[in-house]
Amino acid sequence: MNLFRAHVLVCGGTGCTSGGSSEIRARLEKELLAKGLDKEVKVVTTGCHGLCEMGPLVIVYPEGTMYTHVTPDDVPDIVNEHLYKGRIVERLLYKEPLTEEKVPHYGDLPFYQKQKRVVLQNCGYINPERIEEYIARGGYSALAKVLGEMTPEEVIAEVKKSGLRGRGGAGFPTGLKWEFCRKAAGEPKYVVCNGDEGDPGAFMDRSIMEGDPHRVLEGMIIGAYAIGASEGYIYVRAEYPLAVKRLRIAMKQAEELGLLGDNILGSSFSFRIHIKEGAGAFVCGEETALMASIMGQRGMPRPRPPFPANQGLWDKPTNINNVETWANIPDIILKGGDWFASMGTEKSKGTKVFALTGKVRNTGLVEVPMGITLREIIFDIGGGIPGGKKFKAVQIGGPSGGCLPESQLDLPVDYESLTGAGAIMGSGGLVVMDEDTCIVDVARFFLNFTRSESCGKCTPCREGIKRMLEILDRIVGGEGKMEDLDLLERTALVVKQSALCGLGQTAPNPILSTLRYFRDEYVAHIQDKRCPAGVCAALLVYRIKPELCRGCTACTKVCPVGAISGTRKEVHFIDPDKCIKCGACMERCPFGAIVRG
Amino acid sequence: MTKLKSLDDLRRLREELQKEVEARQGGETQIIVGMGTCGIAAGAREVMTAILEELARRNIKATVLQTGCIGMCEKEPLVDVVRPGEKRITYGHVTPRDVPRIIGEHVVNGRIVEDLVVGRAN
Ligand SMILES: Cc1cc2nc3c(=O)[nH]c(=O)nc-3n(C[C@H](O)[C@H](O)[C@H](O)COP(=O)(O)O)c2cc1C
Ligand code: SF4
Ligand code: SF4
Ligand code: FES
Ligand code: FES
Repeated sequence: MNLFRAHVLVCGGTGCTSGGSSEIRARLEKELLAKGLDKEVKVVTTGCHGLCEMGPLVIVYPEGTMYTHVTPDDVPDIVNEHLYKGRIVERLLYKEPLTEEKVPHYGDLPFYQKQKRVVLQNCGYINPERIEEYIARGGYSALAKVLGEMTPEEVIAEVKKSGLRGRGGAGFPTGLKWEFCRKAAGEPKYVVCNGDEGDPGAFMDRSIMEGDPHRVLEGMIIGAYAIGASEGYIYVRAEYPLAVKRLRIAMKQAEELGLLGDNILGSSFSFRIHIKEGAGAFVCGEETALMASIMGQRGMPRPRPPFPANQGLWDKPTNINNVETWANIPDIILKGGDWFASMGTEKSKGTKVFALTGKVRNTGLVEVPMGITLREIIFDIGGGIPGGKKFKAVQIGGPSGGCLPESQLDLPVDYESLTGAGAIMGSGGLVVMDEDTCIVDVARFFLNFTRSESCGKCTPCREGIKRMLEILDRIVGGEGKMEDLDLLERTALVVKQSALCGLGQTAPNPILSTLRYFRDEYVAHIQDKRCPAGVCAALLVYRIKPELCRGCTACTKVCPVGAISGTRKEVHFIDPDKCIKCGACMERCPFGAIVRG
Repeated sequence: MTKLKSLDDLRRLREELQKEVEARQGGETQIIVGMGTCGIAAGAREVMTAILEELARRNIKATVLQTGCIGMCEKEPLVDVVRPGEKRITYGHVTPRDVPRIIGEHVVNGRIVEDLVVGRAN
């Protein structure tokens, strides 16, 4: 066996792959061969590092030097300078956005400093398509421990002790859920991995499945042993082809090694996993709809009880957990429930993965200990708001979540605090908004999403969301009335309380939270007919400042509807009834005489 | 791949596979080869190859790094050995023939190869 003195990690996550990382890999191999380094430098494709914004990423070990925005043409420098001569290629290093300082070492990036990577420990570090690397990093030892030394009851007790709660949204205690299913009568039993991830902008689960698929499998196999299940399903949306591919490879490798299938590790325990590709409807992430979809029926929720633990797939006891929940299991077994419970807060233990997006410097995937504040995530890890803009709000929990203002930034991130503030943990979407965002428009955006994703089975959700959206449309269109706010609030509460499934029950959250924290902004739209952020087109007025207008006539030439009148060298005027608010005149005016407000 | 039949099978496999990710974890002892222009001209590449071969042959865990010019060009090829908690020892005029000695004596047993030393630092 060769001794590779250096490993060059090329990110093969979805972000970097679309940025051309496979060409970078090909070029690396070519240049290494040309330099005669191919026997001593190994090229490894990994999963996502979470810093997709900086991609494509290349990391060189043993130094741990991280290169950002790499193109195939940068490869010769990396090979000739760094790998051949040991000189770091300065120009490709990550630059601290504020200080412009270059950060050579991967681990020194402020982005990683406050993170605690448990679930993501292998993401971006190992080649997800090789079970060997997972095993070398201690993979499947938890499974071996469970099969060799623990009874199913002991496994459940350990998971209960850890305090792990479901990462798919509702935060139900995982150990307890397993116990219900273990105790339920009926054979066979099933376990399901929920990889639907329907929140727009979320990619936590995708990255885990792509970057460390064996961790998810190992968690499921352990769970199946604890529950007494013999069959498992992974439900992944078909828009995640790379996740599906890597899971399939991982399953095949685990089967070949006897870690999945009949008589796992020589024991009497047998378990198989099937992959079900979903069509990608948001409601199919809801557990009863998801199970209907697995059974080949239309993905619609049904009332609970009966809960899946008693009547799930084919009416048999079924345990369903989120991808991240499963991925937490191996370390809980290896390091113990107490270790896990030492991270986090009183009632929320461990870590949580978030997809940080929107108006923040470092967008990407972050894993943080529970109890960290939103401020630390957005400002310390995320690097704050770009372009000198001011922070306005953060939407946490996706379309079912809530929108929190500056005053809530010191809130610790745990299930109870977030729910108390009117948001939810959800599956981990964090969208940061700056002062240029109109809050009413944001609420409208999320509501529009839930409206189109509502399955239509129950009236409160189907009709209620539509009615609320109509009200919001009126408000942003300048036709809102003050009574609308009460109507909006009442409708929201009715839908929240009477919808059949979580989609309808949580859809009003964006409205309720924005009404709670940003009521002024609604009032400005209604009473002053003004959009403070200058977003809502119907409320904008274009006006010419007489003191600045020189009568150059430039604006009249670009106005597509002839709304501007005036003679040469005299002050011009915009007819507000004709103006369609395209903004062309403002851009054109050489004297900055046209303003919007 | 053959099926794993027990806990021990898995443990054995894991040990065998350690090499898979070793370079990413970093060994305790560091061996640093000077790869400046004159280092390469004096044969540092050949020394590097010899080091890698020797480590592989003896199955030794160590981090192999390179460095640029350190201002001792006339003593190239230069090889530094840093054992955890010990002084950084610099060897000069190293040839591939010296490599087994440096590794066998110093890296493995902690005995400095005095006749080749050209510098010591903390
Ligand atoms: C509309 C809707 C969408 C959901 N989407 C997801 C999803 O994409 N992924 C997920 O894990 N859970 C989703 N859930 C939550 C699941 O119903 C279920 O609670 C979860 O998979 C249980 O796993 P956990 O206990 O590990 O969180 C969704 C729920 C609702 C109501
Ligand atoms: S709440 Fe909405 S998505 Fe859920 S069942 Fe009712 S109509 Fe369907
Ligand atoms: S905003 Fe557009 S439509 Fe209105 S006056 Fe200017 S150019 Fe004409
Ligand atoms: S895909 Fe490369 S860092 Fe996320
Ligand atoms: S190039 Fe080697 S010490 Fe100067």
